[in-house]
Amino acid sequence: MTSTLTPVLTDDWDAERSWTLATYESRGGYRALRKALGTDPDALIAAVKDSGLRGRGGAGFPTGMKWSFIPQDNPKPKYLVVNADESEPGTCKDIPLMLASPHTLLEGVIISSFAIRAHHAFIYIRGEVLHVIRRVQAAVAEAYAAGHLGKDIHGSGYDLDVVVHAGAGAYICGEETALLEGLEGRRGQPRLRPPFPAVAGLYASPTVINNVESIASVPSIIANGADWFSSMGTEKSKGYGIFSLSGHVTKPGQYEAPLGITLRELIELAGGIREGHDLKFWTPGGSSTPLLTAEHLDVPLDFEAVGAAGSMLGTRALQIFDETTCVVRAVLRWTEFYKHESCGKCTPCREGTWWLVQVLSRLERGEGSEDDLDVLLDQCDNILGRAFCALGDGATSPITSSIEYFRDDYLAHLRHGGCPFDPAAATVFAAQEVRA
Amino acid sequence: MIDEKTYAELEEIAARYPEKRSGLLPMLHLVQSVEGRITPEGIEACADILDITAADVSGVATFYTMYKRKPVGDYHVGVCTNTLCAIMGGDLIFERLKEHLDVGNDETTEDGTITLEHVECNAACDYAPVVMVNWEFMDNMTPASATQLVDDLQAGKEVRSTRGPRICTWREAERVLAGYPDDRVHEGPGAGPASLVGLKLARERGWTAPASSGAPEIESKQEAAE
Repeated sequence: MTSTLTPVLTDDWDAERSWTLATYESRGGYRALRKALGTDPDALIAAVKDSGLRGRGGAGFPTGMKWSFIPQDNPKPKYLVVNADESEPGTCKDIPLMLASPHTLLEGVIISSFAIRAHHAFIYIRGEVLHVIRRVQAAVAEAYAAGHLGKDIHGSGYDLDVVVHAGAGAYICGEETALLEGLEGRRGQPRLRPPFPAVAGLYASPTVINNVESIASVPSIIANGADWFSSMGTEKSKGYGIFSLSGHVTKPGQYEAPLGITLRELIELAGGIREGHDLKFWTPGGSSTPLLTAEHLDVPLDFEAVGAAGSMLGTRALQIFDETTCVVRAVLRWTEFYKHESCGKCTPCREGTWWLVQVLSRLERGEGSEDDLDVLLDQCDNILGRAFCALGDGATSPITSSIEYFRDDYLAHLRHGGCPFDPAAATVFAAQEVRA
Repeated sequence: MIDEKTYAELEEIAARYPEKRSGLLPMLHLVQSVEGRITPEGIEACADILDITAADVSGVATFYTMYKRKPVGDYHVGVCTNTLCAIMGGDLIFERLKEHLDVGNDETTEDGTITLEHVECNAACDYAPVVMVNWEFMDNMTPASATQLVDDLQAGKEVRSTRGPRICTWREAERVLAGYPDDRVHEGPGAGPASLVGLKLARERGWTAPASSGAPEIESKQEAAE
């Protein structure tokens, strides 16, 4: 039987100088690359397909299938772009991965580029993580020096260059076509699809864009086999993934487990909800995935079951909030975030998120009326499915789900003439330090 | 001033890419590292090198929040006030720092050392509440530790990231973002404590991923040809 936790990507994180090439290679690193270079690229794509790996950046699209969409008869260059713009509120897995073990990502980049026959790959890292960027820059330099990158890699005749590209602060660039705009030196606004990036992506050339964790999973699949990978997880959600627990649990942090583990199991591993408190609500995969409650503790955390529960697995960013938390305050803050990050390209999102903040603020101050909840739901209805990209859709998730599960929290603000919660009680230092 | 050396470096950044306009984001980081903000001269230099208009460059520079039109202090202090950090204490930390430094959001202290700003989720939620100094992590902060942090920065003391290196200046950080590494990559740990909780538990309980069968599941080129 598979263990409860299955460290693969996180397995090197506690090693001495884990970020260096020497450490990575001493633990078997870059062996999968040598194996891959002796393999037919189409067989590599087939192996990733057979493994059942689905995109780890939130959407869950099958990675191998994405690769197979690259038209190999297209004479233009092919590109691999790694989405390392991790910015979805609650999501905090790719950043520690690149900090601790950048070579795991880089080996994946080289194998994946070889598979799709790209000679140029880009790692687009959000700019706000300086030390992570240092570590990835250094890993690329070490890989060149060791012959893992550059011309005729290990005598295979295959050439690959990798550029580390720092972003400049824009949540929207996590959306893959907005990321391409940023990488082309433009404002990060999403593109109309089709054409999809596989056909016309970077510089209108065939492009694969994958999340950090997806690409970092590739070396383990090539080294151990598709069957090994698919022996973990559930029927349609194969393999392992990093589950990031944050908020009101005793031991927040990263837990790498087969897909399908439940929040009940994870909270137990994390030492429970902080002492003396109870779970109130949680996000399964970032703020864009509808809130869930204690009644969903036993939902298997895979793509299908979380979807059936009315939310999305997303990035497995499990933000846990106990009963001291005001759901209206939480939702208002997320909504302010979406308003701030809306790129302005489409009207439903640009105007809609602004109005959502207006109505929510009024409710949070205890003004307005119960009818405002219907106004909010109507606004959400006019954004969801009508926005240009998923940012607008995501903005509605916390609102509609919180009204579904916590209608009374909203009404309590009206009765109380403001927020009935004490924000100091929710803080992590509530016990040690009284508010400023 | 964009001198010859800077101009040459801007050209060098553009040359890293198959199409030079791709260099614009890191080029603007380099402009900030020498100018302390995005200046008209910096915009002109980028436009000149990339054969695009200054309006094009301005359009990009005003879209991304890390680019600043006003001078930034030596230390950019960003307090995460997105939902999770806010609730875990980020709001109180931000209020305390505004009061302590006598500045508002996106303002710089009179001595020019610190620019205070509230920032969005910085992907360190398991270390909430988080403060960033020149985009280095300061994990698990409290109002008291955050106040101490800015006092130390203002006093010119050496400050280390809780999960990284000695803090450099904002301009030095911008140079690294432009793709010119400094010498701090080996400072700090591989992972902070929260990053390792699951791994530690797995080690204690003997939990591992399944052993590899070792069977070569991918046929090699030679075998395929046979």
